[in-house]
Amino acid sequence: MMTATTAEKTTAGELLLDIQDLHVSYGKVEAVSGVSLQVREGQIVTVIGPNGAGKTTLLSAAIGMLKSQGEVNFDGHLYINPDVEIMVGKGLGLVPEKRELFTTMTVEDNLLLGAFMRYRKGDGSYESTLAEVYSLFPRLWERRHQLAGTLSGGERQMLAIGRALMGKPRLLMLDEPSLGLAPLITREIFRIFADLRRQGVSILLVEQNARAALRVADYAYVLEGGNVAMQGNAADLANDPKVIEAYLGLASKHQELLSS
Amino acid sequence: MNFQIAVLLGQDGITNGAIYALLALSIILVFTVTRILLIPLGEFVTYGALTMAAFQSGRSTGVVWLLLIMIVIGCALDIRNLLKNGYDLRKVQWIILKLAYAGAMVALTQLLTLSEIPMFLQVILTMMLLVPVGPMMYRLFFQPIASAQPLVLLIVSIAVHVAMVGIGLLLFGPEGGRTQPFSDTVFRLGSVMLKSQTLWVIIVSIALIVFLFLAFERTLYGKALRATAVNRMGARLMGISPDFAGKATFALAAFIGVLSGILIAPITTLYFDSGFVISLKGFVGAIIGGLISYPLAAIGAVGVGLVEAFSMFWASDYKEVIVFTLIIPFLIWRSLTSHHVEDEE
Ligand SMILES: Nc1ncnc2c1ncn2[C@@H]1O[C@H](COP(=O)(O)OP(=O)(O)O)[C@@H](O)[C@H]1O
Ligand SMILES: [Mg+2]
Repeated sequence: MMTATTAEKTTAGELLLDIQDLHVSYGKVEAVSGVSLQVREGQIVTVIGPNGAGKTTLLSAAIGMLKSQGEVNFDGHLYINPDVEIMVGKGLGLVPEKRELFTTMTVEDNLLLGAFMRYRKGDGSYESTLAEVYSLFPRLWERRHQLAGTLSGGERQMLAIGRALMGKPRLLMLDEPSLGLAPLITREIFRIFADLRRQGVSILLVEQNARAALRVADYAYVLEGGNVAMQGNAADLANDPKVIEAYLGLASKHQELLSS
Repeated sequence: MNFQIAVLLGQDGITNGAIYALLALSIILVFTVTRILLIPLGEFVTYGALTMAAFQSGRSTGVVWLLLIMIVIGCALDIRNLLKNGYDLRKVQWIILKLAYAGAMVALTQLLTLSEIPMFLQVILTMMLLVPVGPMMYRLFFQPIASAQPLVLLIVSIAVHVAMVGIGLLLFGPEGGRTQPFSDTVFRLGSVMLKSQTLWVIIVSIALIVFLFLAFERTLYGKALRATAVNRMGARLMGISPDFAGKATFALAAFIGVLSGILIAPITTLYFDSGFVISLKGFVGAIIGGLISYPLAAIGAVGVGLVEAFSMFWASDYKEVIVFTLIIPFLIWRSLTSHHVEDEE
């Protein structure tokens, strides 16, 4: 597996995100204990793992919503305990687990606010990004004058992704985008990840739906108890007996059906 | 009571009500964006009025030194942060700009003969001296504890208010201040007299409300502040920093407070400690709006002004009691009808 990994890594682009030995604690409890993780340009990397493994904590710390120890290298610059405002400005985007939409504002306002940082820096080209987001999610165009709080679950997720895309991120991090969505909508959203990669957006995808995630990703990490338990090419991991048993087996298949 | 008296009282009520409405809007704005109840808002009103009064009477004011000290301390803190977090050209430029501004203000107040410049310029200068105190107040006292519990924020807010009252005494002395009206004209509508200052207050208030509405509905910066109020986590992820939102709302609140003070200074004699009761009446309006609804708060605040004016006529000793008793039925109604809004999902 290791040789395949190296081969894959050399065919991908430059290192975009390089996290080294990251530690994050809530008070005395350490939720992420020394995680190292890389995303290369043009890659879709997924992080799977059980509930409470520290996936959300990892993403929050990477973008600077939580205090951390260790290195976050992004686009060739080293950040220690990064600051959200700076990371967003440098092109890191996060679609959080709870979406965190501006529910009492319109869909279009939500999207425009996604470009706040670009607007502040004097980049006036966000109007064309808005058109791109609408063509990616025609549903959002239809509902652009509606309040975000009136959208269905799937539409909210589209809005959360669209809003993050308005910032023109180089790396888009998504925290369980399929959570609580019907299978049909999950499929629609996953289809978009492949589109986005084609447009040059790299993706770091945290998912409970391991089957779908491993199918779309190039490389995968399995996070357990705040540590990386396994990593490798997504295709290899999908065939790994341990992964199959824990995340793709009948039991988890069953769960997946139940949750959908 | 005859018609003429009723019109007179109504006029007073609406004038004061318009000011309370502006204050109510500032209170809600600051509260929803930062979760801070801005108790020192009234001090911006009194400082505005008393600074104008000091200008006109030719007394020197130390207001500029307050601004200078706050800016110097703020810049010192910024520099300490820069040393800790690394050099950032934009922040260095900001620090230089702020210090230069403070220097320019000191020079202006020392060099000009303030009692002789046109009233319009006195107003501008008063604003230029006092409005930056708002964001500096946020920078010094609230930014370091921005993520604290609302109760802690409230306690600090009260402390800042008490300090501002004390500083007000130091800067303006114990005697009250009143300024010349903007214009001396009196309008007649039939048998009814309309004071021109009343019209000024109403026109400026309406203009300000329209301006705020446009700013919050149409500009991305205004939307960013609303977004912070709706979902601060979401706002942070868009790169809208809570520091920026806090300073911006405090600047707006200071602007509204100071302008209110300048507007009512020709009608009411204000003292260094008059601010609290004035902002408290704005607060009654804000409570009527449930600390969320701008239109309800504005209507409520005008109602407060009217009730105050008419109770002054009928039961002048109980004026304040009646006004503040207004809050009770609304609190009961609010607590009966309010349900905690759960997070989405
Ligand atoms: N706000 C918090 N305060 C304290 N502990 C937390 C908090 N959020 C998460 N945790 C704990 O940190 C661990 C990792 O949580 P999380 O990152 O949400 O996991 P995941 O996203 O993989 O389900 C869990 O044990 C969880 O209980
Ligand atoms: Mg999670």
